[in-house]
Amino acid sequence: MTELVGLIVAKYNFWLYIILMMIGLYAMIAKNNLMKKLVGMNIFQTAIILFYVSIGYKHGATLPIIQGDHGGHGTHGAVIHAAEYINPLPHVLMLTAIVVSVATFGVAMALCVRVYRRYQTLEEDELRIRLSEK
Amino acid sequence: MKFLGFVIVCLTGGLLLYGTMDLPDWGDPASPASTHLSDYYIEHILEETRVPNLVTAVLADYRGYDTMFETAVVFCAGLACFLLLRDFRPKKDRYFRHIPTGVMLHVKNPEIRIIPGNEFEHMDREWVPSDRIIKTVCRILIPFIQIYALYVVAHGDFSPGGGFQGGVIFGSSLILMAISYNLKTLMKRVTEKFLSIFAATGVLIYVGLGVLAMIMGGRFLDYGMLAPLVPWDPGHIRALGMLGVEIGVGIAVMAVMVIIYVNIVSEGRHDEGL
Repeated sequence: MTELVGLIVAKYNFWLYIILMMIGLYAMIAKNNLMKKLVGMNIFQTAIILFYVSIGYKHGATLPIIQGDHGGHGTHGAVIHAAEYINPLPHVLMLTAIVVSVATFGVAMALCVRVYRRYQTLEEDELRIRLSEK
Repeated sequence: MKFLGFVIVCLTGGLLLYGTMDLPDWGDPASPASTHLSDYYIEHILEETRVPNLVTAVLADYRGYDTMFETAVVFCAGLACFLLLRDFRPKKDRYFRHIPTGVMLHVKNPEIRIIPGNEFEHMDREWVPSDRIIKTVCRILIPFIQIYALYVVAHGDFSPGGGFQGGVIFGSSLILMAISYNLKTLMKRVTEKFLSIFAATGVLIYVGLGVLAMIMGGRFLDYGMLAPLVPWDPGHIRALGMLGVEIGVGIAVMAVMVIIYVNIVSEGRHDEGL
């Protein structure tokens, strides 16, 4: 039991993100309304973004902006240690992913508007009935 | 279906939680993600590009292709919203207000043309007088938000910021204008043509800088080759190239955010919305 607690404490970030991700997945599977499914998809994306960002974290490190040299006049002979700055790569990947997720969410909402305009509903079971009527 | 979904979610979550046992501890400096490429970036970026913000340097220089296509994806999303929703048909029911008398007109015949001007004013169907407090606060705030957005874009190389963030802040300031006044006020100042041209211009600036580097004899998006264009400061040419690219990204993101918002709230009619 104490082993399990120790495991969770060391990796609690992953546990939280997986729980968040599963909330999003459940919303995508079980909810009937298309907008609620979209919200579930966004929760899922947020969990993945948090997961990536947490991978880049290092204990005792600071932001990935080199300090004390804001003119770019070489490094003043000071050696930059990789352990002093957190990993910039996940931040880069997620920076673009956030904006692209907003843009794709916009497209998904546009599709929902079109569906609503044509069938007057966003509920999945009603949509299925309307589609079978045609 | 709900029960089945719950079972599937529990199974997947259980497997993923079991999988976390093999992942490195939180904040472990020796984790695989933080040891190979990341170390190279942190130790060499400043001497190679002279940009202290590592995130911007990786985003706009080392992963320039990735960012270029992300911008293209954002542009395509704006285009998709436009194509899905834009509706050019004239509306049947239109509402006008005769300004001198304050009388409301409900025009049902689409043949009748009333030109809004000094005498007549367009009205929304569900018209609510805008709150004076909200209007005043937003009118004062919007310029500051926009200057902050420009700051975020311009200082993306040296402090936290960049084109994506600045573009989103600028776009949200325009959306704030549409919310606090009404959609027509925004569309009068920022027309659809303007937005479309800006969205395309942003992508064009990015690709154009890459092509310019090719013309100057380098590889695509190799900013170092642009040095002859700025003879007064060739040392910072990579920072300047990144700034140019970030400006392109910012313009494209700003325009696309507003295009998506305007098309969705007005269902493509661009006349009235939230």
